[in-house]
Amino acid sequence: MEPSFLEHTGKYKGIFSWIFSTDHKRIGLLYLFSILSFFAIGATLGLLMKFELIAPGKTIMTAQTYNAFFTLHGIIMIFAVVIPGLPAVFGNFLLPIMIGAKDVAFPRINLLSWYLYVTGVTLVVISQFTGQGPPDTGWTFYAPYSFRTAGNMLPAVFGAFVLGFSSILTGLNFLVTIHRMRAPGMTWLKMPLFPWALYATGWVQLLATPIIGITMLMIVAERTLHIGFFDPTLGGDPLLYQHLFWTYSHPAVYIMILPAMGAISEIISTFSHKTIFGYNFMVVSTLAIAFVGYFVWGHHMFTSGMSSTAQYAFSLLTFLVAIPSAIKVFNWISTMHKGSIELQTPFYWAMAFVFVFMIGGFSGLILGSLAANVHLHNTHFVVAHFHFIVFGGTGFAFFGAMHYWFPKITGKMYDTRWANIGLVLFFIGFITLYGPMFYLGFKGMPRRYYDYDEIFHAGNIVSTMGSWVLYSGLAIIIINLFASLKSGSKAPSDPWGGKTLEWTVPSPPPVENFDEIPVITKGPYDYK
Amino acid sequence: MNTTPELHRDDLTSKTGMWFFLFTEMLLFGGLFVVYSVYRYRNAEAFHLAAQELKVAIGTTNTIILLISSTTIAMSITAIQKKNKKLALLLLGTTILLGLAFLVNKYFEWGEHLKEHIYPGSAVLALRGQGDVLFYGLYFFMTGLHALHIIIGLIFIGVITVMIYRNKIDSDNHVLLENSGLYWHLVDLIWIFLFPLFYLIT
Repeated sequence: MEPSFLEHTGKYKGIFSWIFSTDHKRIGLLYLFSILSFFAIGATLGLLMKFELIAPGKTIMTAQTYNAFFTLHGIIMIFAVVIPGLPAVFGNFLLPIMIGAKDVAFPRINLLSWYLYVTGVTLVVISQFTGQGPPDTGWTFYAPYSFRTAGNMLPAVFGAFVLGFSSILTGLNFLVTIHRMRAPGMTWLKMPLFPWALYATGWVQLLATPIIGITMLMIVAERTLHIGFFDPTLGGDPLLYQHLFWTYSHPAVYIMILPAMGAISEIISTFSHKTIFGYNFMVVSTLAIAFVGYFVWGHHMFTSGMSSTAQYAFSLLTFLVAIPSAIKVFNWISTMHKGSIELQTPFYWAMAFVFVFMIGGFSGLILGSLAANVHLHNTHFVVAHFHFIVFGGTGFAFFGAMHYWFPKITGKMYDTRWANIGLVLFFIGFITLYGPMFYLGFKGMPRRYYDYDEIFHAGNIVSTMGSWVLYSGLAIIIINLFASLKSGSKAPSDPWGGKTLEWTVPSPPPVENFDEIPVITKGPYDYK
Repeated sequence: MNTTPELHRDDLTSKTGMWFFLFTEMLLFGGLFVVYSVYRYRNAEAFHLAAQELKVAIGTTNTIILLISSTTIAMSITAIQKKNKKLALLLLGTTILLGLAFLVNKYFEWGEHLKEHIYPGSAVLALRGQGDVLFYGLYFFMTGLHALHIIIGLIFIGVITVMIYRNKIDSDNHVLLENSGLYWHLVDLIWIFLFPLFYLIT
């Protein structure tokens, strides 16, 4: 038998067989380990911030430290964890296998984008320890504060630029791979939904990320050359910065959630042992979300000052995005209907995803309505909303995907009991942590303050305790997976009865993925 | 549809990748065009007056230089297809020289402005009002970013020239040359927009 990608080291030995490898599977794992490390840092910052908020006034850190913490937490979690999360890890590992290819279109560019990723995060981390104190603007780098603060903004902003470049190259690689390297017979509508999601994501990465790239460069120029793009004293307009920033950063939300939806579609179909309900609608809604997602950025700025015509338009468009998202939820539920459901850990994750994603989505509609937005803007309600989407949506899908594809990637099964215990704690912790924030925000507790009024105390205590439960659930999940690497039983090539191509190759897959490129004659979810 | 990267070269794949990259580049400048339009709309008069100070002659010369250089690189592709290595090298050499000529012009043009203390952050410029600050801020930033692209393009073309010289690129395998041509055309195209925006609309 051919050696698996884990055994075959290629030209180099040891660590070099990983960091110089152009094998998409090894690069996927490089991303996995770097992302998990940064996730651990980001989550620890979050835990400390929640601890600060356990009581009014100063608990463990000063206001300035709190500012620095939520800035770093935001930059790391958004740019270094959630945006590359599913595409760079599972996309890299599985996309070529799922479409019947031996690698991505540009393996060397693929490795380059990992190096850019590491460089970008390193720059962000450096900004914390050099210059006159860490950045304190929040991950949004809003002008004019971002070029007036004494905080060390340049490395952070430039780091975000480099991370954007890495994301563009990953998206470009996937787009070309999907266009050119599908197995014979795999027409567009025979492609599984996870590759479809990566395809839509690729376009968003390609066409939206350069906008943040140039905006970050403008901030750099603003700080170093005092050009005046966003500086009111020089005639510039800080609002224009917000427009440019959200022109990217709202589509970025779809970079985060689309691959998550794709992974969930795979999981639900596999564990219902039934073809996905409304495959064509799933494809169209994926593309529709990516497309409409470009035109809704203004809803981040309802209270910043814009004409009421613009407000109505952005509000309407925001509501429109809910339609394709809802189509997906209905189709997932319909897929389960009359399916023979097998209750396994990945399926539980998918169920938890649908639940928290719906809460996140509905609260998004509340924020998208103009009148409610005025009341809720910049409160903890917003924090709760986007954590339900970004952490609840993408995070749950990430761990769901991890438990779904773990046997394929490592060739080992994991301990289901501990995995489920971890999931239950994670879920309870998640709801306890972010649920009260809806209430607190509704009552008027602003975001981004290290202090609050006594009347918000009770809700914050519950929320902070939730963060402990969440963190312990997370620890159990990670420890269990690592322990299973050693003690897990050997995984067969298709432990769950999946029908997509990755389940036809051995676990872990051989270096070249396929001995012979398969010829596709049927749709991706061919149960019967 | 399927190709094995190690075994078969797939030129269409490389070209598709290059085209997708060009989309990204266009949107990178697209963000700046948005900023330009907003500030032009708000400071119509100042932009109008400031634009008159730029030397249309230099701008026109540079436009012609870039257009010719786009032609020569396109011709070099045909030359390599016809197995005329010498002509291809000559044409690429011309492209590089024209690109350098563009930069030299730009250098003198910028030098002139700097001599008059017109550059971002200068006190002289600040005295002239916010419209002028924004016009010249955009002028330096956008032409500067464009010049950076020229430099990257020249390095790219330089490497390609060496590869042709060493027979690494020939009539059956010239997708890299084509990609460098595509990139060079994009750099040209962006200038085609920058030129009227800064020099001609007065």
